[in-house]
Amino acid sequence: MTERPRIAVVVFPGSNDDRDAAWALHALGAEPVLAWHGDEELPERVAGVVLPGGFSYGDYLRCGAIARFAPALDAVRRFAADGGPVLGICNGFQILCEAGLLPGVLRPNRSLEFVCRDVRVRVERADTLLTARCTHGQNLTIPVKHGEGCWYAPDELYAELAGLDQIVLRYEDNPNGSVHDVAGVCNREGNVLGLMPHPEHAVDPLLGPADGAFILASLVDAARDRERAFV
Amino acid sequence: MLVRPKAGILDPQGQAVESSLRQLGFPVGEARVGRVVDLEVEASDPAQARAEVEQMCHRLLANPLIESFEIELEGA
Repeated sequence: MTERPRIAVVVFPGSNDDRDAAWALHALGAEPVLAWHGDEELPERVAGVVLPGGFSYGDYLRCGAIARFAPALDAVRRFAADGGPVLGICNGFQILCEAGLLPGVLRPNRSLEFVCRDVRVRVERADTLLTARCTHGQNLTIPVKHGEGCWYAPDELYAELAGLDQIVLRYEDNPNGSVHDVAGVCNREGNVLGLMPHPEHAVDPLLGPADGAFILASLVDAARDRERAFV
Repeated sequence: MLVRPKAGILDPQGQAVESSLRQLGFPVGEARVGRVVDLEVEASDPAQARAEVEQMCHRLLANPLIESFEIELEGA
């Protein structure tokens, strides 16, 4: 077995899934490193980044709107521009959208209710860095827990994204009213993925569905490849 | 400044307010819920103040995909 690739989990004030993400990454063969939002650089030798779930800065103003100004986000932006794999989960997805690293925006659920349950998502693209372990059309069961997970893009933007194949995951049973059942989108290059479901809560069969491992193990693979390229 | 959901954007909060008002017996039409931000800014003239607040709206206070904004100035 090769050594564990280092993956940074960026901790914001109000993050609450950072440790679960770190635990899951470790279980899947990575060496997770918690990185503080105020740091201007990512930790050394980091080959992958997770923006975890939670309520950064209390979700004030709009979810993710304030976190995007954190110094660590500039480092994440450089890392992403360099082709590094970046995964935003739930609040992390909201931050990536507000930061302009991913298209669209997350809005309050159509029902106005917080949803917390397992959902099924369909893999629309298995050829991105962060879904490489999946197969096209595969159904993944992964839990969601959010009040503002309704992804929205105006029609023209959605058409452009669909044309460029940037819709990576769609709900089979949409829990929040997102347009066209979108559950996860990637950037044009395919190295930045955001999704509302929580793969880090679904890696151990003892606790329920373990399909989250398909996504997180893809990240671990991508980080390992990136690390090898550096040596 | 006043931030409001753009026309045509589904506003679930507004819908909830609308149906509550109807339940109370007020025969209202559509309700939309936005946000007011009161700001104190120092500027040499109103045009400069407006330009500065516009920058704030573009960079932080409103998300152009879903929100529009209006600025109202009051002299000190």
